Amino acid sequence: MSANHQLLAAGLDLAYGERQIVSALDLTLPPGKLTVIVGANACGKSTLLRGLARLLTPTRGAVYLDGKPIHQMPTHQVATILGVLPQSPIAPDAISVTDLVGRGRYPHQGWFRRWTPEDDTAVAEALAATDTAELADRPVDELSGGQRQRVWIAMALAQQTDLLLLDEPTTFLDINHQVEVLDLLTDLVRHRGRTVVVVLHDLNLACRYADHIVAMKAGRIVAEGRPVDVVTEAVVKDVFGMTARVVVDPVSNTPMIVPIGRHHAGKAMA
Amino acid sequence: MSAVFDTSRIIAVRQSAAMRRRSVLLGLILALLAAFALALYLGDYPVPVSGIIQSLLSPLTGLADRSVDFIVLQVRLPRAILAVLSGASFALAGIIFQTLLRNPLASPDIIGIAHGASAAAVFCIIILGWSGLAVSFGAFGGAVLTALAIYFLAWRNGVTAFRVVLIGIGMAAMLAAVISYLFTRARLNEVQQAMAWLVGSLNAARPGDSIVLAGAMLVLIPLMIGLVRALDAMELGDDTARALGAPVELTRLGLMLVAVGFAAFATAAVGPVGFVAFVSGPLARSLLKGAGRGFAQAALVGALVMLVSDLLAQHLLPTVQLPVGVVTGACGALFLLWLLMASGRSGRVN
Repeated sequence: MSANHQLLAAGLDLAYGERQIVSALDLTLPPGKLTVIVGANACGKSTLLRGLARLLTPTRGAVYLDGKPIHQMPTHQVATILGVLPQSPIAPDAISVTDLVGRGRYPHQGWFRRWTPEDDTAVAEALAATDTAELADRPVDELSGGQRQRVWIAMALAQQTDLLLLDEPTTFLDINHQVEVLDLLTDLVRHRGRTVVVVLHDLNLACRYADHIVAMKAGRIVAEGRPVDVVTEAVVKDVFGMTARVVVDPVSNTPMIVPIGRHHAGKAMA
Repeated sequence: MSAVFDTSRIIAVRQSAAMRRRSVLLGLILALLAAFALALYLGDYPVPVSGIIQSLLSPLTGLADRSVDFIVLQVRLPRAILAVLSGASFALAGIIFQTLLRNPLASPDIIGIAHGASAAAVFCIIILGWSGLAVSFGAFGGAVLTALAIYFLAWRNGVTAFRVVLIGIGMAAMLAAVISYLFTRARLNEVQQAMAWLVGSLNAARPGDSIVLAGAMLVLIPLMIGLVRALDAMELGDDTARALGAPVELTRLGLMLVAVGFAAFATAAVGPVGFVAFVSGPLARSLLKGAGRGFAQAALVGALVMLVSDLLAQHLLPTVQLPVGVVTGACGALFLLWLLMASGRSGRVN
């Protein structure tokens, strides 16, 4: 699977009812890269992801998939190119891991094409990629938060789409599971040539894992590019309204944000 | 992709789920057949097994015993068939709503659709002075109108499960008040007739009663099967379903109409027999233990519950024939209490 599908937004306005969330936004997602969208709460980053994923219809502008307006394409056709993991998906009671991951095969099935060995392979591959193969027969209800999140990602992977959009896939996870999930997404980009877009809360993890970082504030993009080029003390101040030092992450040589806060302001100057 | 993935485990999990679905289905079919046989056998007028078989075969063999044939073919058989069809219809209506709205409380006998049928029927009996089939038509109209009202009142850029349940429960309360008001305006014999209808009963089942319901089911079941595939995606939440390319609004509206059809036709045939719609889905799912959505199994559970409840209603007390709704009501209320207590502990009823 090669990254040859192109997703971009042009002049995008997104709104919930009367409330405008995203305004006149232009964004081209680099193919075969991991793009991370960051920003303070309510900056519109999840809304943008829903717009890109055609889950929210724009009030102006459009999202284009391979040059065609995504909202005018047949939705099941989009689903074979673009996979989405929304923020809080629902697991039916007592469903098994295999069954849940198998639901990701929905767009590949139809009236005359039911379950095939290809679907079994896709599910097995998704379980292997997320290191959940040993959970195959377990009910999803009984899994830990980290396991459950990996199973959901496996569901999205079983869809076998070139583009994958994930809305805060690391929320509610311990730090070790957060790193695990981001490592997995990086594998998908590096080894399988997928294009992955993630909304993240944690700025430091975003800087470490992103090939391309998009910083949003009040429904607009403030800065985008490689984290090394983009993440500066001025940008952090602008986006999060917070003074911070930006140092070099000793492990990955990417920018690392060290917040200052009121109580340590004096020492930070040293 | 060069790596080879071991699918044996996936296949094993899928097969064991399929096995569980099949064995539950088979068990329920056997239980239903047994109950059906019992329904033909039990009664005040004793008929030996051989007599029942001879009677059932009489259209083929031409061997007739008029009194036995009347008991078996005109009384017991139509009653058992109506019980099976109406039970299955109520169950399908219930499990469709419960699945779509992701809430075990969302069955049509709780969110007001049965109340709509009842209020309309009582109106027909008391105000219009109708009886018989006309009342059934009225009940059908009441169920459909109530469902539409709930849908439109719950609509706000789409329909959320929670709003439908809340508005439905409000609607049920309002319609119950309407029924009470109608009773205050009624004469005694009308009240009796209306009460008998409200409890729901198979006592007056005639051979023709099942035909309309069976015809409706012949239309509704294929429609349901046509729409149900999208539930694979929709059970994961609306956003996930749209992401997977499922036609969410179309499926939801279509399945709701089908479910309303099941509830309305069944209610028109036997009255608003309580709790069959409500209990069948959860019972089927508890047998399946996560091995499937269980629509077919729920239909069989519904048929079985209806048939067994009617047997109990007929034979529990030696001198009185109870309406079937009394039995399902009593058992169903206990089940509701159990569900509320169990979910109160685990917090699963949203």
